[in-house]
Amino acid sequence: MAYALQQLINGVSLGMIYGLIAIGYTMVYGIIGMINFAHGDIFMIGAFLSLIGLLLITSGGLLDGPGAIVLVLALSMAFTALYGWTVERLAYRPLRGSFRLAPLISAIGMSIVLQNYVQVSQGARVKPIEPVVQGGFTIMQEGTFAVQLSTMQILIILTTLVILAIFTWLVTRTRLGRAMRACEQDRKMASLLGIDTDRTISITFVIGAALAAVAGTMYLLRYGVIDFYIGFLVGVKAFTAAVLGGIGSLPGAVLGGLLIGLIETFWSAYFSVQYKDVAAFSILILTLVFMPTGLLGRAEVEKV
Amino acid sequence: MSTPLLEIRDVSTFYGAVEALKGVSVTVAPGEIVTLIGANGAGKSTLLMTICGDPRARSGRICFDGQDITERPTHHIMRSGIAQSPEGRRIFPRMSVHENLLMGAQSSGIDPCPGLDQAFTLFPRLKEREAQRAGTLSGGEQQMLAIARALMSRPRLLLLDEPSLGLAPLVSRQIFQAIRKLNMETGLTVLLVEQNANQALRLAHRGYVLVTGRITMSGTGRELLARPDVRDAYLGGH
Ligand SMILES: Nc1ncnc2c1ncn2[C@@H]1O[C@H](COP(=O)(O)OP(=O)(O)O)[C@@H](O)[C@H]1O
Ligand SMILES: [Mg+2]
Repeated sequence: MAYALQQLINGVSLGMIYGLIAIGYTMVYGIIGMINFAHGDIFMIGAFLSLIGLLLITSGGLLDGPGAIVLVLALSMAFTALYGWTVERLAYRPLRGSFRLAPLISAIGMSIVLQNYVQVSQGARVKPIEPVVQGGFTIMQEGTFAVQLSTMQILIILTTLVILAIFTWLVTRTRLGRAMRACEQDRKMASLLGIDTDRTISITFVIGAALAAVAGTMYLLRYGVIDFYIGFLVGVKAFTAAVLGGIGSLPGAVLGGLLIGLIETFWSAYFSVQYKDVAAFSILILTLVFMPTGLLGRAEVEKV
Repeated sequence: MSTPLLEIRDVSTFYGAVEALKGVSVTVAPGEIVTLIGANGAGKSTLLMTICGDPRARSGRICFDGQDITERPTHHIMRSGIAQSPEGRRIFPRMSVHENLLMGAQSSGIDPCPGLDQAFTLFPRLKEREAQRAGTLSGGEQQMLAIARALMSRPRLLLLDEPSLGLAPLVSRQIFQAIRKLNMETGLTVLLVEQNANQALRLAHRGYVLVTGRITMSGTGRELLARPDVRDAYLGGH
């Protein structure tokens, strides 16, 4: 029981990271109908920018603890957003209106470019950091097993909830969010109402990248090691989360992220750590075969 | 005639290699209702969309209010005082009626309240359905919503593509009455595309007949209604 509760806590905090990234996949798919394969690498860039920010801030002795984390988060979000914007501008916008596979191929290319860029500029070695946030609580004791809730996990869960609340408000309550939903439902009509659809698409990439940066910061702080290759595996899992939740559905992305996080954690805890990635990929395949619209997705209606 | 609000001069539009409009010229004066009639596939919707820059005219000129808008991006054109209720209505199905209407006012940055009042006075049915998802409205209600949404930006020129398509005669009459009322009370200029040529020519001040991408006839509504060839081709011979 206590062991399961511990896995639940670990699974939720991991799942939130996947959920934040999955939102980026699902938003971009919703608005331009493409899978942005470079999104996992945008997450990786976010983690590296957080690392750089953290080293600068803590070595400069400016701040430590929560203040440093907030600042790192803000810097990483801003710069990662810039990467997201640039990728769309350079690699996808020129191909809009071209054949359907073109932006997909371009995205795979972009993913390779970003990985190599980080590998060359930052080196291929794994980058560890000292734990920034330590401590935690024992919330339950059962025999010799103590259920731990670390301060870091609390921080991940709270930050993610706050970011998700702001994001939900943005999409459902603001003019910008309404324009994004309009573009998602009927881009041509949105432009007939005077919406600058290219700009709306750019903003979608910027927001998706900023959320991936949050995930990158959280990943760095939680696991303490990153390398140029983390974007691939984490990206595929977040993509699986988006598909499981129903690609195009924002609540679905968060739900899918949580489920993938939980499944992976419980699988590692009860079956086999070595095969934990197999669990996520099996779910991707099972979903695509048996439930292609996912848990909260809509059946794809042919647009007229 | 006063200087035209909309002047389309010798416009050709292509889909790939297919020439859908072959040198079309149409003018609309301020305060006029002008109708464009023609068989299915004649290019009526293409003309309305070409005015909005999507697809873009390959040759010819389109001027609105004295400004050349031929090369402007669609969202600029739609912010300059033109609105369209397009073929197929294209309401946002997963937004509420209220949000659909707000979308109409969004990019012009004007206060949506007077527009909402006007929409609900014109179509009281929309008021009852304000919070409902637009995708669940009936065809007639969706058409009302599409027109009301187009009016939210306070346009000077309204482009209407087959507003009566698929509607019961009573509903379609309501919509035509609403167009007449708007034109008389606010001086709104309307370019109306219709299959229902009889009703459209009765409503309009002037009309054009489009046949496979070319204007073949034009005149006042009354003149066109009286012509035997128009009656045979578009009014079912009555
Ligand atoms: N998106 C498109 N791509 C290719 N051809 C099109 C497209 N839209 C319309 N057409 C063609 O252009 C011609 C005019 O169509 P349209 O303007 O829709 O006619 P109408 O509105 O008068 O029925 C038709 O032959 C139609 O098949
Ligand atoms: Mg048509």
